[in-house]
Amino acid sequence: MSVRCIELEILRYDPEQDESPHFQVYAVPYHDDWVVLDAINYVKEELDATVSYRWSCHMAVCGSCGMVVDGEPVLACHTFLRDCSDRIRIEPLQNFPVERDLVVVMDDFMDKLGSVKPYVIPKEERDIEDGEYLQTPTELSSFKQYTACINCLLCYSACPQYALDTSFVGPAALALAHRYNLDTRDVGRSARADVVASNSGIWECSFVGACSEVCPKDVDPAAAIQQMKIASTADYFLDFLTPWKRT
Amino acid sequence: MTRRPYKAEFPAHSWWLRHPRYIRYMLREMSALFLGIYVFVLIAGLYCLSQGKPVYVQFLTAVEGPAGLTFAVVTMFFAVYHTYTWFKVTPKAMPLMLRGQRLPGAVIIAAHWLIFTLLSAAVWLLVSF
Repeated sequence: MSVRCIELEILRYDPEQDESPHFQVYAVPYHDDWVVLDAINYVKEELDATVSYRWSCHMAVCGSCGMVVDGEPVLACHTFLRDCSDRIRIEPLQNFPVERDLVVVMDDFMDKLGSVKPYVIPKEERDIEDGEYLQTPTELSSFKQYTACINCLLCYSACPQYALDTSFVGPAALALAHRYNLDTRDVGRSARADVVASNSGIWECSFVGACSEVCPKDVDPAAAIQQMKIASTADYFLDFLTPWKRT
Repeated sequence: MTRRPYKAEFPAHSWWLRHPRYIRYMLREMSALFLGIYVFVLIAGLYCLSQGKPVYVQFLTAVEGPAGLTFAVVTMFFAVYHTYTWFKVTPKAMPLMLRGQRLPGAVIIAAHWLIFTLLSAAVWLLVSF
């Protein structure tokens, strides 16, 4: 297997020493089957142990190694070096504060994720001995793609709407809200509406569609948000036409 | 250890120049501007028509001049682009299930183009004869 060399320009930021981030260049020999994460691991192990970044599974499942490579939000474990130029620029995810080097502060996302109640809210709680909440494959197929989200935050990094107004709930959290709203075992749609149908929710989205373009799991958050806009509008008019049903 | 997260400044006015996908988005949004102006031109034309033949001929002369034709061509481009982007996202916003299977997006898009073409042909026939 041939070995070639690539230069990584890695964004460095040490909050205890640096006023602002700067780039540091590392030359890395690599094999054809290496991904960007392998190159960063090489830097960490062989060249500079102070480089900080997140990673875990190395197989596009955990969503930890999201970063921006040559301006594109990607999973570092899912981006082959053989497809890159001889010198690549690696930055932390955009639109989040940088904790250190390639590590971002994701507290804002975690708060928003919790705010959409991303779990099944059943009509009636059942005991374990009563068995599972059953669902047919057809019912599952209506929302299955939205279950594939790995919370990698590439969509937030690509979303200019989130960058311009960080109160925006954002693509991944809204896609998950849609996933549970569509779930036949769930009755939590109205409980989520306060967040989902608010000005900071679906109506803040102007359908740039960048979230869906960068999503490594084909979740298509932009589609979820547009579908919720239609459902929310229908809810509004239905509520207007049937005032006696208001609770 | 001191925590001092660094917040990069977001270029509020030039962000859309960062990537072709953002430029495409801005073009799509900008298309509404041209279509809006075109609607005003049409309304102005109707008003001129109500004012009698000489005024309407003046209006026609203006819109058939170089500036008017250039505007019409640019608006046509944006109208087609707007239609293209609108149809392209339709399967995302309104996915259809048929016998438990999701209808392929290409079918929904093709159906839109077909209806659009038929309606356009009908309008063309209506104004031609």
